[in-house]
Amino acid sequence: MADMIFRVNMSDLSTTLEDVPADWAGHGGRGLTSTIIAAEVPPTCHPLGPNNKLVIAPGLLSGTAAANSGRISCGAKSPLTGTIKESNAGGTSAQALAKMGCKALIIEGEPKDDTWYTLRLTSEGVTIEKEEELIGKGNFAVVDALEKRNTESIGVISIGQCGEMQMASANISIKDPDSHFRSCGRGGLGAVMGSKKIKAIALDAGDNKVEIADIDAFRAANKIFAKALVDHPVSQALGTYGSNVLVNIINESGGFPTRNFTQGQYEDHEQISGETMHDIIVERGGKPKHGCHKGCVIQCSQIYNDAKGKYKTSGMEYESIWGLGADCTVNNLDDIAEMDSIMDDIGIDSIETAVAFAVAMDGGLLDFGDANEMIRILRDEIGKGTPLGRVIGSGAGNVGRTYGVTRVPVVKNQGIPAYDPRAIKGIGITYATSTQGADHTMGYTIATEILAVGGKADPLSKEGQVELSRNLQIATAAIDSTGMCLFIAFAALDDGACLPALIDMLNARFGIALTADDVTNLGMSILKTEHAFNLAAGFTNKDDRLPEFFSLEPIPPHNAVWDFTDDEIDTFWDF
Amino acid sequence: MQVQVKLFAFFREGRFIKEDRELANGTTAGEVVDSLDIDREEVGVLMLNSKHCQFETILQDGDVYAIFPVIGGG
Ligand code: SF4
Repeated sequence: MADMIFRVNMSDLSTTLEDVPADWAGHGGRGLTSTIIAAEVPPTCHPLGPNNKLVIAPGLLSGTAAANSGRISCGAKSPLTGTIKESNAGGTSAQALAKMGCKALIIEGEPKDDTWYTLRLTSEGVTIEKEEELIGKGNFAVVDALEKRNTESIGVISIGQCGEMQMASANISIKDPDSHFRSCGRGGLGAVMGSKKIKAIALDAGDNKVEIADIDAFRAANKIFAKALVDHPVSQALGTYGSNVLVNIINESGGFPTRNFTQGQYEDHEQISGETMHDIIVERGGKPKHGCHKGCVIQCSQIYNDAKGKYKTSGMEYESIWGLGADCTVNNLDDIAEMDSIMDDIGIDSIETAVAFAVAMDGGLLDFGDANEMIRILRDEIGKGTPLGRVIGSGAGNVGRTYGVTRVPVVKNQGIPAYDPRAIKGIGITYATSTQGADHTMGYTIATEILAVGGKADPLSKEGQVELSRNLQIATAAIDSTGMCLFIAFAALDDGACLPALIDMLNARFGIALTADDVTNLGMSILKTEHAFNLAAGFTNKDDRLPEFFSLEPIPPHNAVWDFTDDEIDTFWDF
Repeated sequence: MQVQVKLFAFFREGRFIKEDRELANGTTAGEVVDSLDIDREEVGVLMLNSKHCQFETILQDGDVYAIFPVIGGG
């Protein structure tokens, strides 16, 4: 069975199955969502209007036995940034889509009235059903109901109340193997799904399996690949402490943004660190090590229980803990876990919302460190869509404009995450030049600047940073197309066997003969496609800049400022 | 001279989180690692006063010295 494009038109409620155009065949994940959006979405359209499209695609290797290959990509024009956007997550949906032969799901148009719908996908195609029961409900209730209507193993892609209300920070939630959530968090794609009046998508792959052109070669390559991942010390640390292992090292480096980016170190870092979190989890009978999808051999996720040993949340990432913790100066992991759980339920990006809260604190709306008020606002204002809730739920830039704050850490209106670009300069180049607004995952220079993985670069020097960011952004665009979790990159940067094995798996899956150069070229062409979309949407090189305060306000302890010239930044696109 | 030594992740197991240590003048960063019975191969990052340093770096009185295993995230 050949893979097909599943297309849904929400204006006339029609669905079609289409052959995959030859130009799209070599793409998956981010490469495919961006290619389709560039081909079919007018760059100047309103992100929440009928001309935007939501494209959901599994990676090239998703649905196979390849280790860590279960990432799903959601793409659209972003209501937060106005740029092209791809946001990916784990969970079970990528595998379900790939197994049912869905190369990509394209959702276009918009219903003319206020009727809501649920989609159901099988290998036969898409059915559209009216939805009443789940409107106004959070993600946990949605998954519960869809599992009851179908089977417990059903894949679910859904939006919470924030997506229904089309808030610019709303995320798309992806069910994980324990019926909890992973999030396509960044860029407000949940609002796009809400604008199409789709509350949830149920995925039933049945007994279908992904076809592999050369299964023996595939298995052999996967063995080498999985071993490279398992053996790498970074993977082992991720399995023990989660990505939150970064709190202490980023804090030590002086690039840990604290109190809305006014300090580079947080005095209470130890209380929110990965080490402390690990001890709390173990003490309360949770799981420090947990995979967001079947086949993950790194398992950076975790199950975090409350003080009574009852499940509270899972998959807390370093960036969420940094944002709610250091940036808002909340020094209690239980408070952070409570907020993480509410955000999973109402469906809002934990990075954008944390940065928005810190800006709100700077603007005097609430006190720094007031976790109770943050929890109240999340539940009673953002979750209910009050005017205040909508102000905060539409992102850090929106809060800054509303409250007259000048210290607003955003690029292209998207909140800057967990690494200060004054003290860790390479990541600033990634924030500035990324095709999707500030996003550390687009070109994770931290690996080289701070963690000494894949070479070394001095984080306080401008030397070599543009090139470093460029190379990583190109490689990341390619990895984001395979369905691989980005955490394979640590092994890929260090272990010479890892990347060739990944390419061998791609070749064995599709019966093709890609080389390492082809993969680099794929990454470059994805970046150029995305960049061209943004230029056509009205962006210029002047948008590839960090906010002014980074040049004006030195950040202690290094008292560094952002000092790249415009010309230096613009050399990023010389390729 | 006195140097504050900080350990992270599994380097803390059976050792300490933070300790002020009395060291002989001229002690290098690597010698402290050795004295703690930490395998140099397992060391990912060394930071002296919040800046990366090497095994060969000579410590000074009042330094804050942090030793990390190979870790990552994002
Ligand atoms: S390493 Fe973490 S994010 Fe990546 S696939 Fe595994 S659990 Fe998911």
